[in-house]
Amino acid sequence: MGRTVLVTGVSRYLGGRMAALLAADPQISTVIGVDVVAPDSPIAGTDFVRADIRNPVIAKVMGEASVDTVVHMGVIATPKQAGGRSTMKEINVIGTMQLLAACQRTPSVRSLVVKSTAAVYGSGPKDPAKFTEDMEPRHSPSSGWPKDSVEVETYVRGFARRRPDVSVTTLRFANFIGPRVETALTAYFSLPIVPTVLGFDPRLQFIHEDDGLEAIRTAVLSPRQGTFNVAGDGVLLLSQAIRRARRQTIAIPSLIFGTVGRTLSPTGLADFSSEAVRYLTYGRALDTRAMHRTLGFDPMWSTDEAFMSFVRRDSADGEVDVA
Amino acid sequence: MGRLTLPDADVIPFGSPGDPDRPGRGLGPSKAARLVGNTGPQPTSPPAAAAPTSRSATDADRPEHSTSHDVITDAEIPFDGESWLEFARRRLMGDYSVDDFGFDPELTDRVLLTLVRPLYRSWFRVETTGLENVPADSGALVVANHSGVIAMDSVMAQVALHDEHPAHRHLRMLGANLVFQTPFMGEVARKAGHTLACHPDAERLLAAGEIVGVWPEGFKGVGKPFGQRYKLQRFGRGGFVSAALRTGAPIIPTAIVGAEEIYPMIGNAKTVARILGLPYFPITPTFPWFGPLGMIPLPSKWLIHFGEPIRTDHFPEGAADDPMVVFNLTDQVREQIQQSLYRLLVKRPSAFG
Repeated sequence: MGRTVLVTGVSRYLGGRMAALLAADPQISTVIGVDVVAPDSPIAGTDFVRADIRNPVIAKVMGEASVDTVVHMGVIATPKQAGGRSTMKEINVIGTMQLLAACQRTPSVRSLVVKSTAAVYGSGPKDPAKFTEDMEPRHSPSSGWPKDSVEVETYVRGFARRRPDVSVTTLRFANFIGPRVETALTAYFSLPIVPTVLGFDPRLQFIHEDDGLEAIRTAVLSPRQGTFNVAGDGVLLLSQAIRRARRQTIAIPSLIFGTVGRTLSPTGLADFSSEAVRYLTYGRALDTRAMHRTLGFDPMWSTDEAFMSFVRRDSADGEVDVA
Repeated sequence: MGRLTLPDADVIPFGSPGDPDRPGRGLGPSKAARLVGNTGPQPTSPPAAAAPTSRSATDADRPEHSTSHDVITDAEIPFDGESWLEFARRRLMGDYSVDDFGFDPELTDRVLLTLVRPLYRSWFRVETTGLENVPADSGALVVANHSGVIAMDSVMAQVALHDEHPAHRHLRMLGANLVFQTPFMGEVARKAGHTLACHPDAERLLAAGEIVGVWPEGFKGVGKPFGQRYKLQRFGRGGFVSAALRTGAPIIPTAIVGAEEIYPMIGNAKTVARILGLPYFPITPTFPWFGPLGMIPLPSKWLIHFGEPIRTDHFPEGAADDPMVVFNLTDQVREQIQQSLYRLLVKRPSAFG
């Protein structure tokens, strides 16, 4: 008998691709995709259930299908995607609580994989050069998506304590980047003039979108209990990334950086919230030894290569003239 | 603030003739240096871990215990034949790499060190000894005294290890978080290879075989009044010792003479410091009275001595968590640096000689 996997957040790009990827795997017989809105086009091999994970309907779905693996990708990164910060917070935090409550009540659930973010480590001058999974943040995130993710992880740890029979894998991803994925950071790099914080040059790490999905698939197929940093090898400095992307840049003093950034990005797709500004000031890097050794996952793309695959996407669109 | 008076901490007056015949201590690798696996100067075959610069063979023949500055400087040697124009072009394309700490070796070698080298060679006329105590291809912890209002001493130690050591080692320093939250300073510090003073970073660098530099006196050292020159301040909490113990890296007590006189700090404007959020605000005979001109350091004569390494690999497992071992080792390092400072002061003809 094949496995039954439930994936949340399938109506967005990464969730949709994840569901399709899992559906194509011979070990998995059924993939149930859940989201608040329907996907733009049907996902191959996936039964879509339009359900708000914020209400208990989800428990019924899971019980009826006797789901054994839950992949939680439903945490939203920017208010724009959700239609406001309060909705976003509700989907992220209340949604996770409801999902975990449903998991706890469903005896068939054997493993839970959560897509979290390295943003839970915060960003600041007191950070070590690389974060390992057991380190506490030196500058706890105080708002937005990073704070939601911290809360999500707290609830996930609570669930892991209450259901010790379920293998819980939390993956803390560096920023997704690649030829197709759209994030606040890809929007930032696509701005006509890229603002940087005067006097700072943060270290950035990326994970290629295909690698990120592959990491989740690895965790689904051979569950490993624990929390893992997931990032491409190496780091890029922001200045270096902007030069490689052949972008125009302007250095803004940190005091007015957020305000200027929001002005330069009228669509609001690029994120200039206080947490994002801290990240663009101090950056962050992850220690990925546990990912290589314990999770058994080796990314195909380094940070640098992943970023270049994004740059090529932009230049193919004709937005950038490459020298 | 209570003034620290140590029985043996009297400052030797400047201009004292010293003892010119004092036997040099750095003529060959010491027993301890040999024990930590240092190969010492290798006139015929430079070590495998040599810096990516192309070097003339005469470089390695240079006597190790004393250095002269009339040799070819790095800046004059083109990098693998690459011109400055090609270099600038490649940099503008972002075609270079940094390590996980944000260290940009290329920028450091070609630009940053080139900028401070004249200070090292001509302004402070730094004489470096004891380089045979610094391993050529393995990790070590350089611990030195701190002085001179701004951390010029750490910059000069970096130049010394890069330019004078046969393996052209890069010094990876551990700095206060104030460094990394200050615009420009933090950016340059990371690119020059330095990182935050914390256990994980220290151990990561030592385990990777890097030469790590710490200045355990911290702001107490750089911001002390001129009257207390060459008196070592308290040595933090000994965190550097436990990092060395955990990785088994030798500790190299290093004495730097000369930095005390570059900005003789005769006063500390505490109110101004508090407003600016700084640990101290220096008042020197020239600063702030002469504005930016007052920031020109006085051309004191510098001596740097890398002392005999203290081994940490023969301690039993778990010694890093034994506070008594850590305290004793910290004291030993401190004492060795203090003694070394006195010896160098005697050797130096005068503060500006």
